[in-house]
Amino acid sequence: MMTAILALGILAGLFGLLLGYSAIRFRVEGEPIVEQINAILPQTQCGQCGYAGCRPYAEAIAAGEAEINQCPPGGEANIQALADLLGRDPLPLNEEHGEHKGKQVAVIDESTCIGCTLCLQACPVDAILGAAKQMHTVIAVECTGCELCIEPCPVDCIDMVPVRETIGTWKWPFPEDRREDIAQLPTLRRAVG
Amino acid sequence: MTEYALILVSTVLVNNFVLVKFLGLCPFMGVSRKLETATGMALATTFVLTLSSVCSYLANHYLLQPLGLGYLRTITFILVIAVVVQFTEMVVHKTSPLLYQVLGIFLPLITTNCAVLGVALLNVQQHFGFLESAVYGFGAAVGFSLVLILFAAVRERVAAADVPVPFRGSAIALITAGLMSLAFMGFSGLVKG
Repeated sequence: MMTAILALGILAGLFGLLLGYSAIRFRVEGEPIVEQINAILPQTQCGQCGYAGCRPYAEAIAAGEAEINQCPPGGEANIQALADLLGRDPLPLNEEHGEHKGKQVAVIDESTCIGCTLCLQACPVDAILGAAKQMHTVIAVECTGCELCIEPCPVDCIDMVPVRETIGTWKWPFPEDRREDIAQLPTLRRAVG
Repeated sequence: MTEYALILVSTVLVNNFVLVKFLGLCPFMGVSRKLETATGMALATTFVLTLSSVCSYLANHYLLQPLGLGYLRTITFILVIAVVVQFTEMVVHKTSPLLYQVLGIFLPLITTNCAVLGVALLNVQQHFGFLESAVYGFGAAVGFSLVLILFAAVRERVAAADVPVPFRGSAIALITAGLMSLAFMGFSGLVKG
């Protein structure tokens, strides 16, 4: 009886030490998968997904609490990238969280601005420059187009302006006829199967 | 040398753990939906099976038998397997966070994979030595991986096929598994004697 208890106790103790050592040896700093998801998200910090920003949303995806289709600014390309990373099936964008718009920036109508600083406090990326009773302005390259500054403005002087295509940003459009092929894919598959 | 080769062939094909002995069916049905997941699971299980087979042989041969504690075999083996799985989980979490994410709950569930305990107990039953235990465990793991990956490939194909409504989902998967099992029964004539 005593031998049995001792033998199992010593064995369990040894295994405990081994696991304790390997827990230190193989310690994982933070959640690497969260970093990878966060790198894909557009970093608008707009909160349209229902989370406080892109990183909390990435944590929610990694924990399996959120779906991958709740990010309107990222659009389809973002969902596809997340699906590839996580090995899940891509989903259509969830309309509840808003629709995908092209890249846009906020522009303050400087003649109407009263310098109330409310939009400064709302901006998640500190892209608005100004002080109390001074005219404010948006730093266009910093602005993520999250629309969070529009709501608090008491004089409605902020407009969202789509970023115009320049020679540097222009891309070939996706061919229209290929879209129909992709829409027919399930039927095609069934025909082949 | 021939003996080891025979053990290997016998466990991989003739006495396949999943399709002939019907052990480890839970991960076989659970993680075979996607080929990538199945491959990851196969690798993790291979590692755990081989290592736990060797470790449980050592525990049995150097601890239980000299002390005459044969009746503690099952609980000791479960302890050994749990430790090996925990260790594997730490290593996978460190080396491949994505695989860790994809395998999710199935990684700790290797502990309850009856194939793992089955291999350890059959080692004792058949009076295998150290190397024989290692080869037997590895063979069982290769057999498990082989059918898991084959089955995942079949299921991916079936997912695109036009299956009659009453057979969709798990039903067709179980039928497919049954047919694969029938096919593997055909190997029983491979080794004479």
